[in-house]
Amino acid sequence: MADTATPAQAGSGETRRDFLYLAAGAMGAVGAGSVVWPLIDSMNPSAEVLALGSTEVDLEPIAEGQRISVTWRKQPVFIDHRTAEQIEAAKAVALDDLPDPQTDEQRAQRAEWLVMIGVCTHLGCIPLGQKTGQPRGDYGGWFCPCHGSHYDTAGRIRKGPAPLNLILPPYYFASDTQVVVGETGAGA
Amino acid sequence: MSGFQTNSRVINWIEHRMPVFSFLDHSIGRGYPAPKNLSYMWNFGSLAGLALVIMIVTGIVLAMQYTPHVDYAFNSVERIMRDVNYGWLLRYVHMNGASFFFIVVYIHIFRGLYYGSYKAPRELLWMLGVVILLLMMATAFMGYVLPWGQMSFWGAKVITNLFSAVPFFGEGIVTWLWGDYSVDNPTLNRFFSLHYLLPFVIVAVVVLHIWALHQFGSSNPLGIETKGPQDKIPFHPYYTAKDAFGVGVFLVIFASAVFYFPNALGDPVNYVPADPLATPPHIVPEWYFLPFYAILRAIPDKLLGVVAMFASIGLLFVLPWLDRSPVRSGRFRPIFRIFFVLLLIDAVVLGIAGAKPPEGFWLIVGRLATAWYFFHFIIVLPLLGVFERPKPLPASISEPVLKGGGSPMGSGAGTTAKPMEKA
Repeated sequence: MADTATPAQAGSGETRRDFLYLAAGAMGAVGAGSVVWPLIDSMNPSAEVLALGSTEVDLEPIAEGQRISVTWRKQPVFIDHRTAEQIEAAKAVALDDLPDPQTDEQRAQRAEWLVMIGVCTHLGCIPLGQKTGQPRGDYGGWFCPCHGSHYDTAGRIRKGPAPLNLILPPYYFASDTQVVVGETGAGA
Repeated sequence: MSGFQTNSRVINWIEHRMPVFSFLDHSIGRGYPAPKNLSYMWNFGSLAGLALVIMIVTGIVLAMQYTPHVDYAFNSVERIMRDVNYGWLLRYVHMNGASFFFIVVYIHIFRGLYYGSYKAPRELLWMLGVVILLLMMATAFMGYVLPWGQMSFWGAKVITNLFSAVPFFGEGIVTWLWGDYSVDNPTLNRFFSLHYLLPFVIVAVVVLHIWALHQFGSSNPLGIETKGPQDKIPFHPYYTAKDAFGVGVFLVIFASAVFYFPNALGDPVNYVPADPLATPPHIVPEWYFLPFYAILRAIPDKLLGVVAMFASIGLLFVLPWLDRSPVRSGRFRPIFRIFFVLLLIDAVVLGIAGAKPPEGFWLIVGRLATAWYFFHFIIVLPLLGVFERPKPLPASISEPVLKGGGSPMGSGAGTTAKPMEKA
C-alpha cells in the first residue's frame, strides 16, 4: 500500500476530488433547476387560456369612417373603416418620419380596413379615438391618455413614449364582409 | 455580558434552557444601552414596526372574507364594507394603514438621509432598509390590485407592462407575470397569494434590519459615536416610554384618518369595477408611488424611463459610497443642509408632477425635478464630501448639553464647541 502512494498519484487524487466536486455541483444545479422549472412554468398561461380561438367580425354594418372594437384573447381589437382622406394621409408620410417605419401597405391587408390590437405598446393602456368625441391625437389616429402617445391613421406611433406601432393581430378576410381575427387563413 | 437577573424561578428555569429573556433584555430592555440624545425623529422605526403589525393583523382577518376572483373580488370587498361585522373598520384600517406605513417609512428614510445614518459602519443596516422599502412597494402594489376596481386593473396593467421594456425577453416575462394574454383571473390569484406572502418576508428582513442595528446601536442627532456609559441610557424604560408616547400620537392621527377621512388618500375611480376594455382617462398610482411615477414618465423612452425609475431607488443602495463626507449629521454640514432641503422639496415636486397628466407645464417640471434628483445623488453628494468644510464636532454627546447649561451665552448655539475655538 505505502509504495503505491507516489507523488504523481497524490496529485491525481486531488484533481479527482476537484472533478467530483464539480460533477456533484453540476448535477445538483441540474436537479435544482428541474425542480424549480415546473414551479415557474406553472405561472405561464394554462392550456385553457391558450385554447382561446378566433373572433369573427361582420363588416357589413360598419360605415366608412366608423371605428369599432371587438375582443380577441381578452384584448380589444380596433377595426377602422378608413376614409379615403385617412388612407391618403397615412400613405403621404415619409418613412423617415416614423419611429417604427412601416408602409401603409404593411399596416393594412385591404387599404380601407385597419385591424389592430388596441393596446398601447408603451404600458398597455387602451388608446382613445374609437368613439366619436374622443381625442384622436395630433395625427388623427389614436391618442393614449396614460402617457401621451400619438398614433396616426395607420396606427403607427408618431409621438410619445411608445416604442412600436400598434400590434397587428393575425387575421384574414373570409369574404368581403367578414374578417376573422386570430387566424391567418391559408388561401383566403 | 448579560446583566439580566431575576429572582423568578420560572423565568430562571426557562432562561437556563433557552435564554429568551436575556435576549429580550439585550434587544429592547435594560441591557440595551442607547445614545441618550435621540430625538423624536428616532421614533419612526418603532412606528413602522407597529404599522407592519397592524397591516398583518387586519390583512389576515380581511383575507377570511375576500374572494380572489375577477367576478367576485369587487363585490366581496363591498360585502366587507356593508355586511361583515366591523368589516368597514377592518378595511379602512388596512387601506389607510398602507398610507400611514409609507408616511412613517418615508420620514424614517429622510431622517436617515439627514443624519447620515447610512454611513459606516451602518451600510448594511441601511441597505436592508432599502430592501424593506422595495418589498413594501411590491406588497402595496399587489394589495391595491385586489379590490379589482378600475385603478386596480389599470395600475396592474401599466406596472406589469414595465417589464415589457426588458430587451428580448420582455413580452415573455409579462405574459408569465400575467399567466394570460392580459391582466385577468390568473393575475389576480397570484397577486393575492404574493400579497399574503410578502409581509412575512418583510418581517424576516426587519429582523435582519434590527440585528444589524444592534451591532453598533442607533446613530444619534450629533452623528458622533458614543464614548462610554455616560453617553447612554438603557433602552427600557427610557426609549420604550418615548416610543410608546410616539405610538399614542401616531394612533390619534391614524384614527382621525380612519374615522373621519378614510377615502382622502384614495382614488374614487377605484370604486368603479374593473373594465378591461376601457382605460380611465387619467391613471394615477397611489400617492406613495407618485414621485417614482413622475420619474418614469419624465423620460420619453420606454426602456430608459423604466431604468430611471428603478435607478432612483437603486441609488439608495450605493448611497453610503456616494456620500464620502466623514461627518454624519447634517447639523454640522452647512451646505449639505441646504441641498437636503432642496431634495425634500424636489421629492414633493416629483409627487405633484406624478399626479398631473404628462403634458405641458407639469411634464417640464417633472423632467427638471427628475434631473435634480439624480444630480443630487450622483454629483452633489460626492462633491460635497470633498469640498464642504464641516463645522467642528462636539467632543462627546454630553458636551453640548453640559456646556450649554453652564454658559448663559452659548446655550442657544448648542452645537459650537467654544473651547475648540480658543485652542
